Amino acid sequence: MPPRTLYEKIWSAHAVLEQPDQPALIYIDRHLIHEGTSPQAFSGLKQAGRTVRRPDLTFAVMDHSVPTQNRHLPIVDDIAKAQFDALTQNCRETGVRLFDLHSRNQGIVHVIGPELGLTQPGLTIVCGDSHTSTHGALGALAFGIGTSEVEHVLATQCLLQLKSKTLRIEVHGQRPPGITAKDIILAIIGKIGVAGGTGHVIEYAGPAIRALGMEGRMTVCNMSIEAGARAGMVAPDDTTFAYLEGRPFVPRGKDFQVAVDFWKSLATDPGAAYDRSVELNAEEIKPQVTWGTNPGMVTDVTGRVPDPNSFRNPVERKAAERALEYMALEPGTRMVDIPLDRVFIGSCTNSRISDLRAAARVVVGKKVARSLKQALVVPGSRVVKAQAEKEGLDKIFTDAGFEWRDAGCSMCVAMNDDILPSGERCASTSNRNFEGRQGKGGRTHLASPIMAAAAAIEGHFVDIRQWGVNGAD
Amino acid sequence: MQPFAQHSGLVAPLDRVNVDTDQMIPVRFCRLLTREGYGRFLFYSWRYLEGEKPNPDFVLNRPRFRGASILLARANFGCGSSREHAPWGVLDYGFRVVIAPSFADIFYNNCFKNGILPVTLRDAEVDDLFQRTEQTEGYRLTVDLEKQTIANDGLELSFAIEPSRKHALLKGLDEIGQSLQHTDKIAAFEKAHPTQAVMHDPVDVIISEPKP
Repeated sequence: MPPRTLYEKIWSAHAVLEQPDQPALIYIDRHLIHEGTSPQAFSGLKQAGRTVRRPDLTFAVMDHSVPTQNRHLPIVDDIAKAQFDALTQNCRETGVRLFDLHSRNQGIVHVIGPELGLTQPGLTIVCGDSHTSTHGALGALAFGIGTSEVEHVLATQCLLQLKSKTLRIEVHGQRPPGITAKDIILAIIGKIGVAGGTGHVIEYAGPAIRALGMEGRMTVCNMSIEAGARAGMVAPDDTTFAYLEGRPFVPRGKDFQVAVDFWKSLATDPGAAYDRSVELNAEEIKPQVTWGTNPGMVTDVTGRVPDPNSFRNPVERKAAERALEYMALEPGTRMVDIPLDRVFIGSCTNSRISDLRAAARVVVGKKVARSLKQALVVPGSRVVKAQAEKEGLDKIFTDAGFEWRDAGCSMCVAMNDDILPSGERCASTSNRNFEGRQGKGGRTHLASPIMAAAAAIEGHFVDIRQWGVNGAD
Repeated sequence: MQPFAQHSGLVAPLDRVNVDTDQMIPVRFCRLLTREGYGRFLFYSWRYLEGEKPNPDFVLNRPRFRGASILLARANFGCGSSREHAPWGVLDYGFRVVIAPSFADIFYNNCFKNGILPVTLRDAEVDDLFQRTEQTEGYRLTVDLEKQTIANDGLELSFAIEPSRKHALLKGLDEIGQSLQHTDKIAAFEKAHPTQAVMHDPVDVIISEPKP
């Protein structure tokens, strides 16, 4: 057999039916659903008189619209309540397992999948959410789908898929202190652009990726979609196996060893060909901050807001002009001189325990700047929250003046009441700085957890490398 | 799904690159439980001023583009969130065709599930169409999926499309119904490659028995 990539191995192991010039029917091992994109799929299914083929492989969680405070009180948001009720009812009728608002394991779908060990190397995983790419960090093939496809998977446990091209992104060198997984992925998007990965599945490789812990790899894979790629993957290795061992859905004892042996066989074979390759040097990466209205509009914290006239392509120039107008920024402004109104530490990109530990190391013994209206820490899951509280991180944050909340998507997507008000500017550890993403008229600057934490202390961005804190794993 | 064969209609130009699905349907309108009625919310923040008053500066509000059913767009159209509310909004507003130099993968895919034809043309061709649309009031195009052409008096452009997608759209196929015809193959696959999600440690999850 010719050498194959990780993607090709998982693809062919899941092809139920392949015919020339037709999309393949691909088997799905884990279907994750949430209250936001599933109700129409269930009603479609019901209307057509169809049933859920594998409720035992389908997992539901409430995350997008959940309140992050006063969880014990009745839901006052009627629209959100209708979403929760619909999900509960649909799960009850079909036998799909549900992590509801009050589950101790509730959290953002892309945080709890790996945390529970539902996500494993070699599996195919889909969810009606574009950040499903996160799960690829464990060597799974995972991607976001629309609601019609959610319905398709519910009915058939399969998806019709055309094979993607492959893009290998190799990050050489050693990550300097203060540089995090978030800076690596923002630098990658800055280099290849927000459509640089369109039509491709990305495999991240190289020593700087290998050196990342599991959670850092999740941060990288999470934002693959921000580069246009539906899926991002990292070949499983000892870091992956150590992360998985003992998690609730991971095989035990002898079965675990059997699983590890199989997982080891998934890595891309030497000499396997990719459709495209890109290389970066981690040593050259500086802390990243976005200045515009998509994640590709990013620069070093030591840099300045660019002049739209510096863009040669007229379409891009116009986009930069529009972005600066929306962001209310003048060309040439130093990134560290932009005053902030709020700071949000959370989202499926950066809300895991290592993110919170790193942010806590930055803020310990310090105070949130008085100019700030709000600094928010939203753990990615209730398990993360409990662990952080065990370690006293919540106390570090609240002592510094941060709010400590319950788990959910929160101000990354503003589907609950955590909304960035119009005209305000937020340093955010989330993944999208689109117009209105955190709230209508809100202005988002994406950065790493340690950069956001330091920005909360100073009221503006600072070069975290000068603080002598490490970027964790 | 409604089939798509041929469509003639007024063209509206949206001269912005990287239009994301958050712009098409802002998230606060994505909390509804239905597939219908999203046309009102399409491009909401650009289209309306306070109190849902039409913003006269937004291109779709210009009287000459009223009733447009072909949207002319720029590169990487539909990037970002996988929300199918975006194509639902595009369709419900009245667009049957979107023309752009490139589309984001998930949005592109979602269009085909909803009877919208996304047409990919070369940059220069799209530039040219933008000029024609701006210069000629009432500029219309005829899009023929069977022939894979876009035409107007004297202009004919051809476009590429994946044959299986073309076939599904021409026929308005119910993909789930199609896939369910392979139930025996799916069952055989499950037998040969059993996949399970076994809980070895209890987690706090609600499990119901499916209703018969």
